[in-house]
Amino acid sequence: MSEHKFVRTEMLPEQTPPVSEVGVIGWMRANLFSGWFNSILTILSLLFIYYILSGVVPWTFQSVWNAGSLDECRQIMKATWGETHGHACWAVIKDRWLQLLYGFYPPYPYAPGATVGLPPSDAWLPSYFRPNLALVLLFVALSPVLFSNVSRKLLIVSAAYPFLMPWLMWGGSLWVPVSAALGFVILFAILKYGPSVMGSLVSVIVAVLAALAWWMVLSGYVTPVLADLMPIGLPEVQSRQFGGFMLAVLLGVVAIGLSLPIGVVLALGRQSDLLIVKSLCVGFIETIRGVPLITLLFVASVLLNYFLPPGTDFDIIVRVMIMVTIFASAYNAEVVRGGLAALPKGQYEGADSLGLNYWQAQRLIIMPQALKIAIPGIVSTFIGVFKDTTLVSIIGLLDPIGLSQGIRSNAEWNGIYWELFAFIAVLFFIFCFGMSRYSMWLERKLQTGHR
Amino acid sequence: MSDLATDLNIDRSKMQVSDEVAVEITGMNKWFGAFHVLRDIDLTVYEGERIVIAGPSGSGKSTLIRCINALEEHQKGKIVVDGTVLSNDLKNIDRIRSEVGMVFQHFNLFPHLTILENCTLAPIWVRKVPRREAVETAMHFLEKVKIPEQANKYPGQLSGGQQQRVAIARSLCMKPKIMLFDEPTSALDPEMIKEVLDTMIQLAEEGMTMLCVTHEMGFARQVANRVIFMDQGQIVEQNEPEEFFNNPQSERTKLFLSQILGH
Amino acid sequence: MTTYTDPPKESFRLSMLLYDTRYRSMTIQIVALMGFMLLAAWLISNTIQNLAALGKPIEFGFFTEAAGYDINQHIIEYGNQDTHLRASFVGLLNTLIVAVLGCVTATIVGVIIGVLRLSKNWLVARIMTVYVEMFRNVPLLLWILLAMAILIESLPQPSAFRGEDPAATMKLFESVAITNRGLYIPEPLFSRSLGDVHLLGQSSFRMDVSLDFLALVLVLVLSIFATRKVTARAERIQNATGLRPTTWYINLGLIVIPSTILLIALGFHLGYPELKGFNFQGGTHLRNSLTALWLALSLYTAAFVAEIVRGGILAISHGQTEAASALGIRPQRIMRLVVLPQALRVIIPPLISQYLNLTKNSSLAIAVGYMDITGTLGGITMNQTGRELECVLLLMLVYLVISLIISAVMNWYNNRVKLVER
Repeated sequence: MSEHKFVRTEMLPEQTPPVSEVGVIGWMRANLFSGWFNSILTILSLLFIYYILSGVVPWTFQSVWNAGSLDECRQIMKATWGETHGHACWAVIKDRWLQLLYGFYPPYPYAPGATVGLPPSDAWLPSYFRPNLALVLLFVALSPVLFSNVSRKLLIVSAAYPFLMPWLMWGGSLWVPVSAALGFVILFAILKYGPSVMGSLVSVIVAVLAALAWWMVLSGYVTPVLADLMPIGLPEVQSRQFGGFMLAVLLGVVAIGLSLPIGVVLALGRQSDLLIVKSLCVGFIETIRGVPLITLLFVASVLLNYFLPPGTDFDIIVRVMIMVTIFASAYNAEVVRGGLAALPKGQYEGADSLGLNYWQAQRLIIMPQALKIAIPGIVSTFIGVFKDTTLVSIIGLLDPIGLSQGIRSNAEWNGIYWELFAFIAVLFFIFCFGMSRYSMWLERKLQTGHR
Repeated sequence: MSDLATDLNIDRSKMQVSDEVAVEITGMNKWFGAFHVLRDIDLTVYEGERIVIAGPSGSGKSTLIRCINALEEHQKGKIVVDGTVLSNDLKNIDRIRSEVGMVFQHFNLFPHLTILENCTLAPIWVRKVPRREAVETAMHFLEKVKIPEQANKYPGQLSGGQQQRVAIARSLCMKPKIMLFDEPTSALDPEMIKEVLDTMIQLAEEGMTMLCVTHEMGFARQVANRVIFMDQGQIVEQNEPEEFFNNPQSERTKLFLSQILGH
Repeated sequence: MTTYTDPPKESFRLSMLLYDTRYRSMTIQIVALMGFMLLAAWLISNTIQNLAALGKPIEFGFFTEAAGYDINQHIIEYGNQDTHLRASFVGLLNTLIVAVLGCVTATIVGVIIGVLRLSKNWLVARIMTVYVEMFRNVPLLLWILLAMAILIESLPQPSAFRGEDPAATMKLFESVAITNRGLYIPEPLFSRSLGDVHLLGQSSFRMDVSLDFLALVLVLVLSIFATRKVTARAERIQNATGLRPTTWYINLGLIVIPSTILLIALGFHLGYPELKGFNFQGGTHLRNSLTALWLALSLYTAAFVAEIVRGGILAISHGQTEAASALGIRPQRIMRLVVLPQALRVIIPPLISQYLNLTKNSSLAIAVGYMDITGTLGGITMNQTGRELECVLLLMLVYLVISLIISAVMNWYNNRVKLVER
């Protein structure tokens, strides 16, 4: 069988493939015109794209930006292009974009009730900087979580944010958030240094009691005194003045921020071996997930005050925040549970074998990993909640959709639909699409990190 | 030097090579995009031959055997399998695929079907064999690979070695003339490699034409009648196993053999 | 671990409740239960006090009072003198109608888009990606309002159909009128009708069910049963001879012919909508609210369904298709015998939870005035009677029951198709 004998003395060089395989032609042949069926699909798609663009592009770009009302818009269109259809009237956005973004958040709170008009002489900057700053700080506070290569010092901002954000948004004396934060400082200080003095169980009880005492009783005396001594504060803004995208973002951020710890607790409860704890958690999670958000918003708007002691009266925004938080915690609980389930069993056993107790194991070993796995899920819960905040327009809050209905009921802008819808849709799209891309990027990064 | 860990008494005299051509490849070239994976491949396989294809990873050896049953399309050159020219014609492809069996590195059993159903699926739907006959054939081959008792289990319930033997039985049920093996043992634990190799030796003894991409040099030495060494998408050296291992000609072959057998 | 000596008998100490593994979990559970019960008691007592102060004790008597409002889209007979209970029932049926319609169209559109997203045609795949991202990243409420606005603002008025040279014409051989007051489609009529059967007497849940319709369903069920027999026979022949007889035309005939005969016997004909005066008469009138909700719900959910379908098909490893091709099985058969049976296991559970989402999202009907259960029980009934607690809790209960039923179906399916692993 020596005929099979073969030795190559000189290696063959790499050759370029046939022209039809590479370059633009190869790509088109492989991706657009492989076979007659594909070619037909390509041509149909091109026609479809042309049809859509030929409607949308002129509407978007041959448009009116300067007009005081829809009628004026239409007159300008008639004068310029001869017909009123097929052209956008972006003047409404130019007129109302601040309202769509901030609702009735007073631009210059020094002049009470002012929503439009010239700034008063002593105002040097519109108070819109407050929600803007809150948003920027949100990203700073989140950056240690979002990007791994950020300085750990930023965690201080993260810790301060829950107190800083409400102060920026609602205003009032600086000492209110400071004293709320002080309660937590007391709590953690006793938890940290207490056990060496009085045993761990006692120190937990003492810490909670001390913090409660500070919040419920002591701070009530101390805060006003401090406020008198050093009156630092921002002008107050009422919740009912909140609106627009600011409201949507605020509801989303508050709901996700508060629901995450609750969700973690619920997920742990659902995973636990304790039957009663488990069934309580399952019952809660499944009930909330089984009903539409709108019914929970009904609870917020008509029932929540019934459930609270007589005489309590939260304003509607806070009630909505409570219910949206409850809603989001049930969904987050499921996401965190997925993260817990994805952890290899060895992690639990490893933690046990190190002699860590349940909470230590959770805090040091399990949760950091489970939450990392769960981040994409949490982001998509956030996207869902953020989109769902539009439902508050049904119970009369002025989110972008609620505002658009308000704008339409004005005499000047009566009958304007598409421009408002397009503006709101584009803003939501940018926000949600950005977040979903971020979560996909994160997922890829985590996948490679695990290997 | 790694030896083939088998208890079987390998009888090379049973492995006869005939003059009939099973596969003929002439001037075959293939590109992935702009990357030239297979360069001017010429190869004639006679019926009853056991060919082992070796080479570093990325040398194109898997792609070569995947071209033979049209799992990959080649751009230049000619492949003739059992007298049928491989072209884009579906009929030709069907005919070739029913003559050529293939075993994959990761078994690729159908997890939703039982072992028996895995083996009877293609005979029933492609060969149009009555079910009773298909089941008989399947049981025959399952007995041959020594797992008839697992017939009603699902792939997920079997070990890797068992799954790979089922995969071999599944291919055999189509009564192929040529078997292609694409690294059949690389995904297996060491103790399971033997059972799969035993099955392959048994096949060789029955005169099956086999093309194996494998790193099992013991198998190559004792079962193959020809070893082909590939590098950079081309056939660098081919020879009888004895010559190939004891007296490699090309520098690349020497380097490869010293890496794979040296330690 | 084996112990050679008995553990020393300890006398019970209070601290063992917390630190002894035997009692610890018990203690925690009892504390949790007590905490929960305290919370519940607190909420309930607050509620009772608050309601007492308002003079509204909890009772459901209002359900038997006359509702006094109209519901424009109802499939069972309803008038404003009917009770609140019946109004809620009509609402529930409306919820179910839009949910079922939505699920069906969302599945069809979603499957098409999901499969096209995997198309080898780059352009088609891109267009479908744009569709999915566009619908997923914009709130559903906006889509519903947009659909409603398109229907009302851009469709012709019924009066546009009048005159010698009308601005608008009816579509599909003069059978469908698309107007800004709604969609008028032909209605099925029977000239030799079997009549209706009245169910549930005079209660609020009474309904008339058309016997013609029942007969048609019965015949179809029988036909489907017959086709299964034919398929089973084909299978037997294939098992015996290896050759599968072609059955699709027999099956088609079995489905079409008996029902056609029945329809002819019942004198089936279509009642077309006609322009009379300023509006269309006759035919079935689909209100804009229903159409808008249906359209938006289906298109929105279809984006999610598409992702599920795409994910399900991608989840089947390439090796499966390769192995099947290597065995000589043709692409279409590979899809049916190898890919689909596996992909469906991946696809169906999330698909069912999308159905659940769609059903819950149908509560947004209230934004366009479609009278579903939220619009009736949680809307007008609640506002008219002032019974917020009863209405909202009952509303939540209704949705919860629907959700539980859907999850039960999902669990049943999951258990049935679970892949056998070691």
